[in-house]
Amino acid sequence: MQYLLLIYGREADWDGMSEAEQGKVFGEYMAFTESIQKSGNYVAGEALHPVATATTVRVKDGKKITTDGPFAETREQLGGYYLVNAKDLDEATAIAARIPGASHGCVEVRPTVDFSQS
Amino acid sequence: MDFERIYKEHAGRVLATVIGLVGDFDLAEEAVQEAFAIALERWPVDGAPQNARAWLVMTARNRALDRLRRRARVEKTGGDVERLSPGEEPSVPFEEPAEPELDDRLRLIFTCCHPALATEAQVALTLRTLCGLTTEEIARAFLVPPATMAQRLVRAKQKIRDARIPYLVPEEPDLPERLDAVLLVIYLVFTEGYAATSGEAMVRRELCAEAIRLGRLIVDLVPGRHEPVGLLALMLLHDSRRAARVSADGALVPLEEQDRSSWDGEEIREGKQLVERALRAGGAGVYALQAAIAALHARAERAEETDWRQIAVLYGLLAEIHPSPVIELNRAAAVAMARGPEEGLRVLEALAARGVLEGYHLLPAARADLLRRLARWEESAAAYARALALAENEAERRYLTRRLGEVRRAAAERRV
Repeated sequence: MQYLLLIYGREADWDGMSEAEQGKVFGEYMAFTESIQKSGNYVAGEALHPVATATTVRVKDGKKITTDGPFAETREQLGGYYLVNAKDLDEATAIAARIPGASHGCVEVRPTVDFSQS
Repeated sequence: MDFERIYKEHAGRVLATVIGLVGDFDLAEEAVQEAFAIALERWPVDGAPQNARAWLVMTARNRALDRLRRRARVEKTGGDVERLSPGEEPSVPFEEPAEPELDDRLRLIFTCCHPALATEAQVALTLRTLCGLTTEEIARAFLVPPATMAQRLVRAKQKIRDARIPYLVPEEPDLPERLDAVLLVIYLVFTEGYAATSGEAMVRRELCAEAIRLGRLIVDLVPGRHEPVGLLALMLLHDSRRAARVSADGALVPLEEQDRSSWDGEEIREGKQLVERALRAGGAGVYALQAAIAALHARAERAEETDWRQIAVLYGLLAEIHPSPVIELNRAAAVAMARGPEEGLRVLEALAARGVLEGYHLLPAARADLLRRLARWEESAAAYARALALAENEAERRYLTRRLGEVRRAAAERRV
């Protein structure tokens, strides 16, 4: 079963860090990614550029409408994600708790729909 | 054949086992309902099987498998529904092993009380699946429309299935936290039944009885932990006062005015033993400390014999491990009894100054009681009136109204 782990945090916190601190967090992410690759849980994962780079697209009456900014303004912003294999929610939340960002912000755990099963 | 009783006795356990066997809440529920329907038809004619529960489990399991097969066939044939022969019911009652069934119920309660579900959903799901209460009964107990409760249950079951909440007993290091969640749900079921905020007396008694039954289950199934023992003790000691707590006209009777002869001696005896067991095991946790306080009340044959000094100390310990304004309120009452109303008022004033109980009727009610004891009638009347303006519970309102009348009369007499 696959779960999408959405990592939310305050971008301002990241911007306020020194280069050494940012390097430390980066190292933690490297180590974490490697550990879930080794354990076979890893499917995919990426870090995202800040929400300032976000663009929202809608199609209305067949016409593409492009607007600046994210779909929803939130106190904590989506900063990255992992897609993982886990046998159940407990394993997925255990993995989510090990994401460095879980200690600063939060991680939303969402099961993905498996169309081959239903 | 008393089918109502048979259903109450077996429904919860049968369902827990069948959920374990087929791994799907809805499918198991439907199958168990079918099994009971078949039993209702056959048992009055053929007689009840020797092992009724085993028969029900087997029948429900067969029905569930039938449904699964039918579903698979429908999918294969592209929706062409085929007529299936009815499933075979077990003719020979088999001996159901006792242990796996207990494990089923333990796994099920940990699933129902999974922290990924909202607390209210945990409570509803536990009552539905482990206690066998109907959706309507649960809705009535929690004063929500049945449709709302039904939706709450459907959503919870969907989440269990779609997010794959596991059906297992958690292991260390997760066990303590997960066990706390289970105990909280049991305690919420109990207090909902006990607090008499509203609702029907029958359903409320049922909730208390179910909470105590679940408490016993956890004590038996999770040995070596003292929190469940403390919780069971607390529930038994509170439940022992049920008959004395509300007067014939539905008003709440305060502890010192209760007819102690109508307290349930059997529940008190068991509750006291359990408190000692919990405390001896080093489990001076939130539930055990509250149970110890309840045990001190239970020990006093008359209200005047209550050991308020010890009770005040226990509330102090409780406030240390679990700081809460409500506990502080109770500590104030105990201090007032042990060292005089002025001392109690001092604790209340410190509490009022923090402003955390703003709008909560129990603070002015406690103040009014202490002022009444000090014969400061006018101040007491003002505090009772304030409490009355905030209280919503009918039984409590009656009590406050009676007291307000008393102190007003006393104030008037003094003026003459």
